[in-house]
Amino acid sequence: MTTIDLTINTDLVRKILTGFIRSEITRMGFERAVVGLSGGIDSALSCYLAAEALGPQNVLAVRMPYRTSSPDSLEDAQKVIDALGVQSITIPITEMVEPLFERFPEMDAVRRGNIMARARMIVLYDQSAAFRGLVVGTGNKTEILLGYTTLYGDSACAINPLGDLYKTQVRQLARAMGVPESILTKPPSADLWKGQTDEGELGFTYAEVDRLLYLLVDERYSPEECIEAGFAPEFVRQVMERIRRNQFKRMPPIIAKLSYRTVGYDFLYLRDWGT
Amino acid sequence: MKLTLALAQINTRLGVPQANLEKHLALIHEAHQQGADLILFPELSLTGYVLQDLVPQVAHRPMADDPLFAPLLAASQHLDIMVGFVEEDRRNRFFIAAAYLSQGAVVHVHRKVYLPTYGLFDEGRFFAWGDAVQAFDTRFGRVGMLICEDFWHASPPYLLWLDGADLFLFASASPGRGLSRDERLGSARWVDHINRGYASLFTAFIAHTNRVGYEDGLNFWGGSAVYDPEGNVVAQAPYHEEALLVTEIDLNQLHRTRYRLPLLRDERTALVQRELTRILGQRQGNSGR
Repeated sequence: MTTIDLTINTDLVRKILTGFIRSEITRMGFERAVVGLSGGIDSALSCYLAAEALGPQNVLAVRMPYRTSSPDSLEDAQKVIDALGVQSITIPITEMVEPLFERFPEMDAVRRGNIMARARMIVLYDQSAAFRGLVVGTGNKTEILLGYTTLYGDSACAINPLGDLYKTQVRQLARAMGVPESILTKPPSADLWKGQTDEGELGFTYAEVDRLLYLLVDERYSPEECIEAGFAPEFVRQVMERIRRNQFKRMPPIIAKLSYRTVGYDFLYLRDWGT
Repeated sequence: MKLTLALAQINTRLGVPQANLEKHLALIHEAHQQGADLILFPELSLTGYVLQDLVPQVAHRPMADDPLFAPLLAASQHLDIMVGFVEEDRRNRFFIAAAYLSQGAVVHVHRKVYLPTYGLFDEGRFFAWGDAVQAFDTRFGRVGMLICEDFWHASPPYLLWLDGADLFLFASASPGRGLSRDERLGSARWVDHINRGYASLFTAFIAHTNRVGYEDGLNFWGGSAVYDPEGNVVAQAPYHEEALLVTEIDLNQLHRTRYRLPLLRDERTALVQRELTRILGQRQGNSGR
């Protein structure tokens, strides 16, 4: 098996990402951030970074439990709030989503999960307006590449500091920043239904898939070269297919071009235009 | 001869030249107070880097009657200045350019000859390619300017060396990338390696000024540095933070190093020309465009 080292210099990443949050929030005319805090490692890390970048008083952590959410999640989120001294609010989504669940009793877990993720987006963006803070995202590179995310749900945010870190690298940075041990060690889960774990649902571990993604994406290995490097052919095929199939989640909606100048094709400005 | 350099490692506002000009004038003043003879600004220091469709709006001509250049030329009465800007020529082509200003005059303009158009870069889509690499005389001796990708290629520094440059002024807006266990990003490590290499191979001074700050998700890593003809770092600014790095170099070190290590004396330029003519005449397409 080819040696793949995903170790990152956490001091350097911490400096770049806190600078990124500070720069990209203040130049838009804001001083504050809103983070949806699930009790998992990704949102905990985003909250730590935002608190360090902006000061804890300028960060609002929003807990949004559903009736069946694990009590551990709520407790772990509280540990982050207590450790950082950020502002916090708890807004259960049960009353928001259940009428829709009842309207469609045949609804499967994925539909229900997507509704919950999007209900949380609604709450978060409302808090963004009320708190006058930008929503800081929590999606990591692994889930973005695999499309393991709900479009317009948990992927919705104003800025995303974690999107170029694989899950295993998120763990390294979270540990270095002092995220509580119980959050670091529990199995990652979207906690959309009881007993759900990311690795159970995906069918492989983050440790495995991150190494493969690193070769495919960062090192531009061909699938054949990944197999030569020691990955199972079926695993490589399955991951490649996931990446391809989920490209739509990584893009704004495509616009049908008609004029000489069209948003998305030849109307080209950074978000930071003029700042 | 001693020369005090000031490397202005700044953040910029994207597409707002007037705001960037004010920052330039403030730093020129500060550098002058600190006794600097020459202040160096990074690539596109007057405009910001990822300009895309802002290019035509921020373009200027380095002339005495230009509203951006008039105050800079006035400031150049006190100390020499290298600035980065978008140049629009008479035929309305847009270049990434660097201007060297001294004693109220534009001494030299370099137009970037290598426009990276790969990976995260898209310069060739928005800009025209410069077509000259020339050293020029200043009151501190003969100098050469290059912009970022220009010195990722070995030939422009080599040409400047043969054209008489003893002080190489490199300007960058280099997006940080390449994360590992190393305390520096891959792009920072690479630029440090090649600049040490150029200083050593050409037994010359290199002053590299890079910007800091963010444009959307891109970070610019700073780490501006001066290298002496032995390939040593004379001074270095911090990574990822604004700084005005003021440092003195002793140009007599050229005299000492080049006696010990006469690489310039022994360079076989006629051989280079002969072999280049042969290689390029073969038309086999083994190299470049």
